[in-house]
Amino acid sequence: MCGIVGVYSKSDRFSAELGTHLAAMLAEMSHRGPDSAGVAVYRDPVAAGQAKVSLRAEDGIDREALTEALDRGLGLERLETQGDSFALATVHAEPAAAEAWIGAELPGLQILGAGRQIEIYKDAVHPDEFIARFDVGDLSGSHALGHTRMATESRVTAAGSHPFSTGRDLCLVHNGSLSNHNRLRDELAREGTVFRTANDSEVAAAYLTRRIAGGEGLEAALESCLENLDGFYTFAVGTADGFAVLRDPIACKPAVMAETEEWVAMASEYRALAVLPGAAAARVWEPEPGVVYSWGGESA
Amino acid sequence: MSVAASLSFDLAAGGVRELNAALHAGEAAEYRVLEPGGRHAVAAGAMDEVEVLIEGSVGYYCAGMNQRATVRVRGNAGVGVAENMMSGRVFVAGDASQAAGASAHGGLLAIAGNASARCAISLKGADVVVRGSVGHMSAFMAQSGRLLVCGDAGEALGDSLYEARIYVRGEVASLGADCVEKEVRDEHRAEIVELLAAAGFDDVEVADFRRYGSARRLYNFDVDNAGEY
Repeated sequence: MCGIVGVYSKSDRFSAELGTHLAAMLAEMSHRGPDSAGVAVYRDPVAAGQAKVSLRAEDGIDREALTEALDRGLGLERLETQGDSFALATVHAEPAAAEAWIGAELPGLQILGAGRQIEIYKDAVHPDEFIARFDVGDLSGSHALGHTRMATESRVTAAGSHPFSTGRDLCLVHNGSLSNHNRLRDELAREGTVFRTANDSEVAAAYLTRRIAGGEGLEAALESCLENLDGFYTFAVGTADGFAVLRDPIACKPAVMAETEEWVAMASEYRALAVLPGAAAARVWEPEPGVVYSWGGESA
Repeated sequence: MSVAASLSFDLAAGGVRELNAALHAGEAAEYRVLEPGGRHAVAAGAMDEVEVLIEGSVGYYCAGMNQRATVRVRGNAGVGVAENMMSGRVFVAGDASQAAGASAHGGLLAIAGNASARCAISLKGADVVVRGSVGHMSAFMAQSGRLLVCGDAGEALGDSLYEARIYVRGEVASLGADCVEKEVRDEHRAEIVELLAAAGFDDVEVADFRRYGSARRLYNFDVDNAGEY
Protein backbone atom coordinates (compact mmCIF):
# COMPACT_ATOMS: atom_id res chain seq x y z
CA MET A 1 0.00 0.00 0.00
CA CYS A 2 1.04 3.60 -0.61
CA GLY A 3 -0.81 6.89 -0.66
CA ILE A 4 -0.65 9.26 -3.57
CA VAL A 5 -2.07 12.72 -4.10
CA GLY A 6 -1.97 15.22 -6.93
CA VAL A 7 -3.41 18.70 -7.21
CA TYR A 8 -3.58 21.10 -10.15
CA SER A 9 -4.53 24.71 -9.56
CA LYS A 10 -6.87 26.66 -11.78
CA SER A 11 -6.65 30.00 -9.94
CA ASP A 12 -3.90 32.32 -8.69
CA ARG A 13 -5.47 32.33 -5.25
CA PHE A 14 -5.34 28.55 -5.00
CA SER A 15 -1.76 28.47 -6.40
CA ALA A 16 -0.64 30.86 -3.66
CA GLU A 17 -1.85 28.49 -0.96
CA LEU A 18 -1.08 25.22 -2.78
CA GLY A 19 1.29 24.04 -0.04
CA THR A 20 -1.32 24.32 2.70
CA HIS A 21 -3.64 22.04 0.74
CA LEU A 22 -0.89 19.67 -0.34
CA ALA A 23 0.22 19.26 3.28
CA ALA A 24 -3.34 18.54 4.42
CA MET A 25 -3.80 15.95 1.68
CA LEU A 26 -0.49 14.27 2.45
CA ALA A 27 -1.28 14.11 6.18
CA GLU A 28 -4.55 12.33 5.38
CA MET A 29 -2.60 9.68 3.45
CA SER A 30 -0.01 9.01 6.16
CA HIS A 31 -1.78 5.81 7.30
CA ARG A 32 -1.25 4.38 3.80
CA GLY A 33 2.50 4.99 3.90
CA PRO A 34 4.34 5.75 7.12
CA ASP A 35 7.81 4.75 5.78
CA SER A 36 8.63 7.83 3.77
CA ALA A 37 7.09 10.84 2.11
CA GLY A 38 7.79 13.24 -0.70
CA VAL A 39 6.36 15.99 -2.83
CA ALA A 40 7.07 17.56 -6.21
CA VAL A 41 5.92 21.11 -6.74
CA TYR A 42 5.94 23.16 -9.93
CA ARG A 43 6.60 26.89 -9.52
CA ASP A 44 8.76 29.90 -10.35
CA PRO A 45 10.17 28.90 -13.77
CA VAL A 46 13.82 29.81 -14.17
CA ALA A 47 15.12 31.84 -17.11
CA ALA A 48 16.10 30.27 -20.43
CA GLY A 49 19.49 28.63 -20.19
CA GLN A 50 19.05 27.89 -16.49
CA ALA A 51 18.00 24.80 -14.55
CA LYS A 52 16.61 24.08 -11.11
CA VAL A 53 18.15 20.96 -9.57
CA SER A 54 16.89 19.27 -6.39
CA LEU A 55 19.79 17.65 -4.54
CA ARG A 56 20.32 15.50 -1.49
CA ALA A 57 23.46 14.32 0.29
CA GLU A 58 23.27 11.34 2.64
CA ASP A 59 26.16 12.63 4.72
CA GLY A 60 25.00 16.23 4.78
CA ILE A 61 25.44 19.17 2.44
CA ASP A 62 28.57 21.27 2.79
CA ARG A 63 27.04 24.53 1.65
CA GLU A 64 30.28 26.36 1.07
CA ALA A 65 31.88 23.54 -0.92
CA LEU A 66 28.71 22.97 -2.96
CA THR A 67 28.40 26.68 -3.78
CA GLU A 68 32.02 26.75 -4.96
CA ALA A 69 31.71 23.55 -7.01
CA LEU A 70 28.44 24.45 -8.75
CA ASP A 71 29.64 27.96 -9.54
CA ARG A 72 32.90 26.67 -10.98
CA GLY A 73 31.29 23.88 -13.01
CA LEU A 74 27.97 25.34 -14.13
CA GLY A 75 27.65 28.91 -12.92
CA LEU A 76 25.48 29.24 -9.83
CA GLU A 77 22.49 31.59 -9.79
CA ARG A 78 21.10 30.60 -6.41
CA LEU A 79 21.43 27.91 -3.74
CA GLU A 80 18.87 27.21 -1.04
CA THR A 81 19.51 24.55 1.56
CA GLN A 82 16.96 22.91 3.81
CA GLY A 83 18.10 21.08 6.90
CA ASP A 84 21.42 19.28 6.72
CA SER A 85 20.95 17.18 3.65
CA PHE A 86 18.86 18.95 1.06
CA ALA A 87 19.62 21.69 -1.48
CA LEU A 88 17.82 23.38 -4.37
CA ALA A 89 20.25 24.87 -6.86
CA THR A 90 19.55 27.18 -9.79
CA VAL A 91 22.43 26.94 -12.25
CA HIS A 92 23.37 28.40 -15.63
CA ALA A 93 22.99 25.24 -17.69
CA GLU A 94 20.28 23.23 -19.42
CA PRO A 95 18.66 20.71 -17.03
CA ALA A 96 20.15 17.66 -18.76
CA ALA A 97 23.62 19.21 -18.88
CA ALA A 98 23.38 20.20 -15.22
CA GLU A 99 22.37 16.65 -14.26
CA ALA A 100 25.19 15.16 -16.31
CA TRP A 101 27.83 17.43 -14.80
CA ILE A 102 26.66 16.96 -11.21
CA GLY A 103 26.38 13.20 -11.71
CA ALA A 104 29.94 13.01 -12.97
CA GLU A 105 31.67 15.60 -10.76
CA LEU A 106 29.81 15.44 -7.44
CA PRO A 107 29.24 11.72 -6.83
CA GLY A 108 28.24 12.26 -3.18
CA LEU A 109 25.06 14.02 -4.27
CA GLN A 110 21.74 12.41 -5.18
CA ILE A 111 19.90 14.26 -7.94
CA LEU A 112 16.20 14.12 -7.06
CA GLY A 113 15.06 15.99 -10.14
CA ALA A 114 15.90 18.73 -12.60
CA GLY A 115 13.99 21.07 -14.83
CA ARG A 116 12.86 24.64 -15.20
CA GLN A 117 10.08 24.48 -12.60
CA ILE A 118 10.12 21.24 -10.67
CA GLU A 119 11.25 21.08 -7.05
CA ILE A 120 11.36 17.70 -5.32
CA TYR A 121 11.54 17.14 -1.59
CA LYS A 122 11.50 13.64 -0.10
CA ASP A 123 12.85 11.74 2.86
CA ALA A 124 12.56 8.44 4.70
CA VAL A 125 10.59 9.84 7.62
CA HIS A 126 6.95 9.73 8.70
CA PRO A 127 4.79 12.04 6.57
CA ASP A 128 3.96 14.27 9.55
CA GLU A 129 7.65 14.80 10.26
CA PHE A 130 8.33 15.33 6.55
CA ILE A 131 5.64 18.04 6.32
CA ALA A 132 7.16 19.88 9.28
CA ARG A 133 10.79 19.41 8.23
CA PHE A 134 10.28 20.72 4.70
CA ASP A 135 7.65 23.38 5.52
CA VAL A 136 5.36 21.84 2.90
CA GLY A 137 2.52 24.12 4.04
CA ASP A 138 4.49 27.18 2.91
CA LEU A 139 4.94 26.03 -0.68
CA SER A 140 3.11 27.68 -3.54
CA GLY A 141 2.84 26.51 -7.12
CA SER A 142 0.69 25.68 -10.12
CA HIS A 143 0.51 21.94 -9.43
CA ALA A 144 2.02 19.33 -7.16
CA LEU A 145 2.25 15.63 -6.47
CA GLY A 146 2.71 13.88 -3.15
CA HIS A 147 3.41 10.37 -1.95
CA THR A 148 3.42 8.42 1.29
CA ARG A 149 5.24 5.12 0.99
CA MET A 150 4.75 1.68 2.46
CA ALA A 151 7.69 -0.06 0.82
CA THR A 152 7.26 -3.36 -0.98
CA GLU A 153 9.69 -3.52 -3.90
CA SER A 154 12.88 -1.94 -2.62
CA ARG A 155 14.63 -0.45 0.41
CA VAL A 156 13.27 2.30 2.63
CA THR A 157 15.67 5.12 1.83
CA ALA A 158 15.31 8.78 0.90
CA ALA A 159 16.45 7.95 -2.64
CA GLY A 160 13.88 5.17 -2.89
CA SER A 161 11.10 7.51 -1.84
CA HIS A 162 8.71 9.04 -4.33
CA PRO A 163 8.25 11.23 -6.35
CA PHE A 164 10.55 9.95 -9.07
CA SER A 165 11.82 12.26 -11.73
CA THR A 166 13.92 11.02 -14.60
CA GLY A 167 13.59 13.79 -17.14
CA ARG A 168 13.21 17.49 -17.37
CA ASP A 169 10.29 18.53 -15.17
CA LEU A 170 8.63 15.12 -15.52
CA CYS A 171 7.67 13.46 -12.31
CA LEU A 172 5.63 10.45 -11.21
CA VAL A 173 4.09 9.05 -8.06
CA HIS A 174 2.93 5.45 -8.03
CA ASN A 175 0.70 3.26 -5.91
CA GLY A 176 1.18 -0.37 -6.86
CA SER A 177 3.96 -2.64 -8.02
CA LEU A 178 5.28 -3.44 -11.48
CA SER A 179 6.16 -6.98 -12.48
CA ASN A 180 8.17 -6.32 -15.64
CA HIS A 181 10.37 -3.54 -14.28
CA ASN A 182 13.64 -5.50 -14.47
CA ARG A 183 13.34 -6.23 -18.18
CA LEU A 184 12.17 -2.68 -18.88
CA ARG A 185 15.02 -1.25 -16.80
CA ASP A 186 17.54 -3.24 -18.86
CA GLU A 187 16.00 -2.02 -22.10
CA LEU A 188 15.97 1.62 -21.00
CA ALA A 189 19.52 1.37 -19.61
CA ARG A 190 20.73 0.04 -22.95
CA GLU A 191 19.18 3.11 -24.58
CA GLY A 192 21.07 5.37 -22.18
CA THR A 193 18.85 5.96 -19.13
CA VAL A 194 20.84 6.23 -15.91
CA PHE A 195 18.96 4.66 -12.98
CA ARG A 196 19.59 5.89 -9.46
CA THR A 197 17.68 3.22 -7.51
CA ALA A 198 16.36 -0.35 -7.76
CA ASN A 199 12.81 0.96 -7.44
CA ASP A 200 10.12 -0.20 -9.88
CA SER A 201 8.45 3.22 -9.93
CA GLU A 202 11.65 4.86 -11.16
CA VAL A 203 11.39 2.54 -14.17
CA ALA A 204 7.87 3.82 -14.87
CA ALA A 205 9.10 7.42 -14.68
CA ALA A 206 12.03 6.60 -16.97
CA TYR A 207 9.72 4.83 -19.41
CA LEU A 208 7.50 7.94 -19.66
CA THR A 209 10.54 10.18 -20.04
CA ARG A 210 11.78 8.05 -22.92
CA ARG A 211 8.40 8.05 -24.69
CA ILE A 212 8.06 11.83 -24.35
CA ALA A 213 11.65 12.35 -25.51
CA GLY A 214 10.66 10.25 -28.53
CA GLY A 215 8.09 12.88 -29.45
CA GLU A 216 4.90 11.67 -27.77
CA GLY A 217 2.66 13.92 -25.69
CA LEU A 218 1.97 13.06 -22.06
CA GLU A 219 -1.39 11.53 -22.86
CA ALA A 220 -0.06 9.27 -25.65
CA ALA A 221 2.92 8.27 -23.51
CA LEU A 222 0.58 7.25 -20.69
CA GLU A 223 -1.66 5.32 -23.07
CA SER A 224 1.37 3.30 -24.15
CA CYS A 225 1.84 2.26 -20.50
CA LEU A 226 -1.26 0.12 -20.89
CA GLU A 227 0.64 -1.95 -23.48
CA ASN A 228 4.08 -2.00 -21.98
CA LEU A 229 3.81 -1.90 -18.19
CA ASP A 230 2.75 -5.08 -16.44
CA GLY A 231 1.55 -4.92 -12.87
CA PHE A 232 -0.60 -2.84 -10.59
CA TYR A 233 -0.50 0.89 -10.84
CA THR A 234 -2.28 4.10 -10.16
CA PHE A 235 -0.03 6.89 -11.45
CA ALA A 236 -0.20 10.63 -10.97
CA VAL A 237 2.17 12.40 -13.33
CA GLY A 238 3.34 15.99 -13.57
CA THR A 239 5.07 17.85 -16.38
CA ALA A 240 6.06 21.52 -16.60
CA ASP A 241 2.48 22.50 -17.35
CA GLY A 242 0.50 19.27 -17.22
CA PHE A 243 -1.05 16.86 -14.76
CA ALA A 244 -2.37 13.38 -15.54
CA VAL A 245 -3.73 10.26 -13.86
CA LEU A 246 -3.81 6.66 -15.07
CA ARG A 247 -4.94 3.40 -13.46
CA ASP A 248 -4.10 -0.04 -14.79
CA PRO A 249 -6.95 -1.92 -16.52
CA ILE A 250 -7.58 -4.22 -13.54
CA ALA A 251 -7.72 -1.21 -11.18
CA CYS A 252 -6.56 -3.01 -8.05
CA LYS A 253 -5.23 0.22 -6.61
CA PRO A 254 -7.71 2.85 -5.56
CA ALA A 255 -8.07 6.38 -6.89
CA VAL A 256 -10.64 9.10 -6.62
CA MET A 257 -10.74 12.48 -8.31
CA ALA A 258 -12.53 15.76 -7.73
CA GLU A 259 -12.80 19.03 -9.60
CA THR A 260 -14.06 22.53 -8.81
CA GLU A 261 -13.65 25.89 -10.55
CA GLU A 262 -10.42 26.36 -8.59
CA TRP A 263 -8.71 22.99 -8.68
CA VAL A 264 -8.50 19.42 -9.92
CA ALA A 265 -7.20 16.80 -7.51
CA MET A 266 -6.67 13.07 -7.20
CA ALA A 267 -5.92 10.90 -4.22
CA SER A 268 -5.81 7.26 -3.18
CA GLU A 269 -8.75 7.89 -0.87
CA TYR A 270 -11.52 10.46 -0.72
CA ARG A 271 -10.49 11.63 2.75
CA ALA A 272 -7.49 13.38 1.18
CA LEU A 273 -9.85 15.31 -1.11
CA ALA A 274 -12.34 16.11 1.65
CA VAL A 275 -9.79 18.52 3.19
CA LEU A 276 -9.74 20.76 0.08
CA PRO A 277 -11.77 23.99 -0.01
CA GLY A 278 -15.15 23.44 -1.63
CA ALA A 279 -14.76 19.64 -1.62
CA ALA A 280 -18.33 19.06 -0.45
CA ALA A 281 -19.67 20.71 -3.61
CA ALA A 282 -16.98 19.35 -5.96
CA ARG A 283 -17.65 16.95 -8.82
CA VAL A 284 -16.26 13.68 -7.47
CA TRP A 285 -15.61 10.55 -9.54
CA GLU A 286 -13.56 7.42 -9.60
CA PRO A 287 -11.23 7.36 -12.62
CA GLU A 288 -12.08 4.52 -15.01
CA PRO A 289 -9.51 1.74 -15.31
CA GLY A 290 -7.18 2.14 -18.28
CA VAL A 291 -8.31 5.69 -19.11
CA VAL A 292 -5.92 8.65 -19.14
CA TYR A 293 -7.18 11.81 -17.43
CA SER A 294 -5.10 14.91 -18.09
CA TRP A 295 -5.12 18.67 -17.60
CA GLY A 296 -2.88 21.34 -19.11
CA GLY A 297 0.15 19.90 -20.81
CA GLU A 298 -0.02 21.70 -24.18
CA SER A 299 3.75 21.73 -24.35
CA ALA A 300 4.20 18.39 -22.58
CA MET B 1 -28.75 1.46 30.58
CA SER B 2 -31.26 3.89 29.12
CA VAL B 3 -31.51 4.18 25.38
CA ALA B 4 -31.40 7.69 23.92
CA ALA B 5 -33.81 8.63 21.13
CA SER B 6 -31.02 10.11 19.06
CA LEU B 7 -27.27 10.60 19.33
CA SER B 8 -25.17 12.86 17.14
CA PHE B 9 -21.50 12.37 16.26
CA ASP B 10 -19.38 15.01 14.53
CA LEU B 11 -16.45 13.18 12.95
CA ALA B 12 -14.53 16.36 12.02
CA ALA B 13 -12.25 15.73 14.99
CA GLY B 14 -12.22 11.93 14.67
CA GLY B 15 -14.54 9.89 16.83
CA VAL B 16 -15.29 6.90 14.57
CA ARG B 17 -14.42 4.55 17.44
CA GLU B 18 -16.79 6.39 19.78
CA LEU B 19 -19.60 6.22 17.21
CA ASN B 20 -19.08 2.53 16.60
CA ALA B 21 -18.75 1.77 20.32
CA ALA B 22 -22.09 3.50 20.96
CA LEU B 23 -23.65 1.55 18.09
CA HIS B 24 -22.33 -1.75 19.43
CA ALA B 25 -23.51 -0.95 22.96
CA GLY B 26 -26.99 -0.05 21.72
CA GLU B 27 -26.96 3.43 23.23
CA ALA B 28 -29.57 5.00 20.92
CA ALA B 29 -32.34 4.29 18.44
CA GLU B 30 -31.04 6.79 15.92
CA TYR B 31 -27.55 8.04 15.13
CA ARG B 32 -26.72 11.15 13.17
CA VAL B 33 -23.19 11.32 11.78
CA LEU B 34 -21.91 14.75 10.72
CA GLU B 35 -18.77 15.66 8.76
CA PRO B 36 -17.73 12.08 7.94
CA GLY B 37 -14.97 13.47 5.67
CA GLY B 38 -14.30 10.15 3.94
CA ARG B 39 -13.34 8.36 7.16
CA HIS B 40 -13.18 4.58 7.14
CA ALA B 41 -15.35 2.03 8.93
CA VAL B 42 -18.14 4.49 9.73
CA ALA B 43 -21.05 2.59 11.32
CA ALA B 44 -19.36 -0.78 10.90
CA GLY B 45 -20.62 -3.73 12.89
CA ALA B 46 -24.06 -2.43 13.88
CA MET B 47 -26.22 -5.19 15.40
CA ASP B 48 -29.55 -3.60 16.27
CA GLU B 49 -32.56 -2.33 14.40
CA VAL B 50 -31.51 1.33 14.47
CA GLU B 51 -31.30 4.20 11.97
CA VAL B 52 -27.92 5.68 11.08
CA LEU B 53 -27.94 8.89 9.03
CA ILE B 54 -24.57 9.90 7.62
CA GLU B 55 -24.45 13.47 6.33
CA GLY B 56 -21.66 13.30 3.74
CA SER B 57 -19.20 10.96 2.04
CA VAL B 58 -17.57 8.01 3.76
CA GLY B 59 -14.37 6.03 3.19
CA TYR B 60 -13.82 2.28 3.23
CA TYR B 61 -16.10 -0.41 4.69
CA CYS B 62 -18.96 1.83 5.77
CA ALA B 63 -21.72 -0.32 7.34
CA GLY B 64 -19.51 -3.38 7.04
CA MET B 65 -20.87 -6.50 8.76
CA ASN B 66 -24.17 -4.68 9.26
CA GLN B 67 -26.97 -6.54 11.03
CA ARG B 68 -30.52 -5.17 11.20
CA ALA B 69 -29.55 -1.47 11.06
CA THR B 70 -30.68 0.94 8.34
CA VAL B 71 -27.72 3.06 7.28
CA ARG B 72 -28.21 6.02 4.94
CA VAL B 73 -25.17 7.69 3.37
CA ARG B 74 -26.00 11.16 2.04
CA GLY B 75 -22.89 11.25 -0.13
CA ASN B 76 -20.52 8.80 -1.80
CA ALA B 77 -19.12 5.61 -0.30
CA GLY B 78 -15.56 4.30 -0.59
CA VAL B 79 -14.35 0.75 -1.13
CA GLY B 80 -16.40 -2.11 0.32
CA VAL B 81 -19.57 -0.38 1.51
CA ALA B 82 -21.77 -2.93 3.35
CA GLU B 83 -19.17 -5.64 2.87
CA ASN B 84 -20.16 -8.83 4.61
CA MET B 85 -23.55 -7.37 5.58
CA MET B 86 -25.74 -9.98 7.27
CA SER B 87 -29.08 -8.14 7.29
CA GLY B 88 -30.50 -4.64 7.42
CA ARG B 89 -30.49 -1.96 4.73
CA VAL B 90 -27.80 0.37 3.42
CA PHE B 91 -28.69 3.28 1.12
CA VAL B 92 -26.04 5.33 -0.69
CA ALA B 93 -27.29 8.58 -2.23
CA GLY B 94 -24.21 9.07 -4.43
CA ASP B 95 -21.69 6.71 -6.00
CA ALA B 96 -20.00 3.69 -4.43
CA SER B 97 -16.40 2.67 -5.04
CA GLN B 98 -15.11 -0.85 -5.67
CA ALA B 99 -16.36 -4.04 -4.06
CA ALA B 100 -19.67 -2.59 -2.89
CA GLY B 101 -21.59 -5.29 -1.02
CA ALA B 102 -18.66 -7.70 -1.21
CA SER B 103 -19.48 -11.05 0.32
CA ALA B 104 -22.75 -9.77 1.81
CA HIS B 105 -24.92 -12.57 3.21
CA GLY B 106 -28.24 -10.78 3.58
CA GLY B 107 -30.03 -7.45 3.64
CA LEU B 108 -30.28 -4.76 0.96
CA LEU B 109 -27.63 -2.41 -0.44
CA ALA B 110 -29.15 0.29 -2.67
CA ILE B 111 -26.88 2.70 -4.53
CA ALA B 112 -28.53 5.69 -6.23
CA GLY B 113 -25.44 6.55 -8.30
CA ASN B 114 -22.90 4.25 -9.94
CA ALA B 115 -20.83 1.50 -8.36
CA SER B 116 -17.36 0.81 -9.73
CA ALA B 117 -15.45 -2.44 -10.23
CA ARG B 118 -16.23 -5.73 -8.49
CA CYS B 119 -19.65 -4.69 -7.22
CA ALA B 120 -21.27 -7.60 -5.32
CA ILE B 121 -18.12 -9.71 -5.60
CA SER B 122 -18.57 -13.07 -3.87
CA LEU B 123 -22.15 -12.15 -2.98
CA LYS B 124 -23.57 -14.70 -0.54
CA GLY B 125 -27.25 -13.86 -0.30
CA ALA B 126 -27.82 -10.11 -0.09
CA ASP B 127 -29.63 -7.93 -2.63
CA VAL B 128 -27.57 -5.21 -4.31
CA VAL B 129 -29.53 -2.67 -6.37
CA VAL B 130 -27.70 0.00 -8.37
CA ARG B 131 -29.59 2.89 -10.01
CA GLY B 132 -26.61 3.69 -12.27
CA SER B 133 -23.94 1.45 -13.76
CA VAL B 134 -21.41 -1.02 -12.34
CA GLY B 135 -17.74 -1.54 -13.25
CA HIS B 136 -15.83 -4.57 -14.41
CA MET B 137 -15.86 -7.99 -12.71
CA SER B 138 -19.12 -7.30 -10.92
CA ALA B 139 -20.72 -10.33 -9.23
CA PHE B 140 -17.44 -12.25 -9.61
CA MET B 141 -17.93 -15.67 -7.98
CA ALA B 142 -21.26 -14.54 -6.55
CA GLN B 143 -22.83 -17.51 -4.81
CA SER B 144 -26.30 -16.46 -3.84
CA GLY B 145 -28.43 -13.31 -3.73
CA ARG B 146 -29.36 -10.79 -6.41
CA LEU B 147 -27.59 -7.96 -8.24
CA LEU B 148 -29.84 -5.57 -10.15
CA VAL B 149 -28.26 -2.84 -12.28
CA CYS B 150 -30.42 -0.17 -13.90
CA GLY B 151 -27.56 1.16 -16.04
CA ASP B 152 -24.70 -0.67 -17.77
CA ALA B 153 -22.29 -3.34 -16.57
CA GLY B 154 -18.53 -3.39 -17.25
CA GLU B 155 -16.44 -6.24 -18.58
CA ALA B 156 -16.60 -9.82 -17.33
CA LEU B 157 -19.95 -9.57 -15.58
CA GLY B 158 -20.68 -12.60 -13.42
CA ASP B 159 -17.36 -14.33 -14.02
CA SER B 160 -17.27 -17.78 -12.36
CA LEU B 161 -20.77 -17.21 -11.09
CA TYR B 162 -22.52 -19.70 -8.81
CA GLU B 163 -26.22 -19.28 -8.04
CA ALA B 164 -26.59 -15.51 -7.65
CA ARG B 165 -29.06 -13.91 -10.08
CA ILE B 166 -28.14 -10.81 -12.09
CA TYR B 167 -30.46 -8.32 -13.81
CA VAL B 168 -29.11 -5.55 -16.03
CA ARG B 169 -31.18 -2.95 -17.88
CA GLY B 170 -28.43 -1.38 -20.02
CA GLU B 171 -25.46 -2.65 -21.99
CA VAL B 172 -23.21 -5.41 -20.70
CA ALA B 173 -19.63 -4.85 -21.94
CA SER B 174 -18.93 -8.59 -21.76
CA LEU B 175 -19.94 -11.64 -19.79
CA GLY B 176 -17.36 -13.45 -17.67
CA ALA B 177 -16.56 -17.16 -17.80
CA ASP B 178 -19.64 -19.35 -17.40
CA CYS B 179 -22.07 -16.40 -17.21
CA VAL B 180 -24.89 -16.51 -19.76
CA GLU B 181 -28.05 -14.60 -20.54
CA LYS B 182 -31.22 -16.37 -19.44
CA GLU B 183 -34.90 -15.97 -20.17
CA VAL B 184 -36.87 -13.43 -18.09
CA ARG B 185 -40.04 -15.19 -16.90
CA ASP B 186 -42.91 -13.82 -14.80
CA GLU B 187 -41.29 -14.84 -11.53
CA HIS B 188 -38.20 -12.82 -12.53
CA ARG B 189 -40.27 -9.78 -13.46
CA ALA B 190 -41.87 -9.99 -10.01
CA GLU B 191 -38.40 -10.16 -8.50
CA ILE B 192 -37.30 -7.04 -10.43
CA VAL B 193 -40.37 -5.13 -9.21
CA GLU B 194 -39.65 -6.23 -5.65
CA LEU B 195 -36.00 -5.16 -5.79
CA LEU B 196 -36.75 -1.77 -7.36
CA ALA B 197 -39.45 -1.11 -4.78
CA ALA B 198 -37.19 -2.10 -1.89
CA ALA B 199 -34.51 0.28 -3.17
CA GLY B 200 -37.00 3.06 -3.86
CA PHE B 201 -36.16 3.21 -7.59
CA ASP B 202 -39.72 2.71 -8.77
CA ASP B 203 -39.39 5.03 -11.79
CA VAL B 204 -37.41 2.38 -13.70
CA GLU B 205 -39.12 0.42 -16.49
CA VAL B 206 -39.24 -3.27 -15.54
CA ALA B 207 -39.68 -4.58 -19.07
CA ASP B 208 -36.19 -3.49 -20.17
CA PHE B 209 -34.18 -5.75 -17.84
CA ARG B 210 -32.32 -8.84 -19.01
CA ARG B 211 -31.36 -11.70 -16.78
CA TYR B 212 -27.94 -13.35 -16.44
CA GLY B 213 -26.91 -16.42 -14.51
CA SER B 214 -24.53 -19.32 -14.31
CA ALA B 215 -24.32 -21.81 -17.17
CA ARG B 216 -23.08 -24.25 -14.48
CA ARG B 217 -20.33 -25.55 -16.74
CA LEU B 218 -17.60 -24.89 -14.16
CA TYR B 219 -19.27 -26.86 -11.40
CA ASN B 220 -17.72 -30.19 -12.27
CA PHE B 221 -14.31 -31.23 -13.45
CA ASP B 222 -14.16 -31.81 -17.20
CA VAL B 223 -11.51 -34.28 -18.31
CA ASP B 224 -10.92 -32.17 -21.44
CA ASN B 225 -9.43 -29.51 -19.16
CA ALA B 226 -6.96 -31.88 -17.46
CA GLY B 227 -4.09 -30.28 -19.37
CA GLU B 228 -4.84 -26.93 -17.73
CA TYR B 229 -3.80 -28.14 -14.28
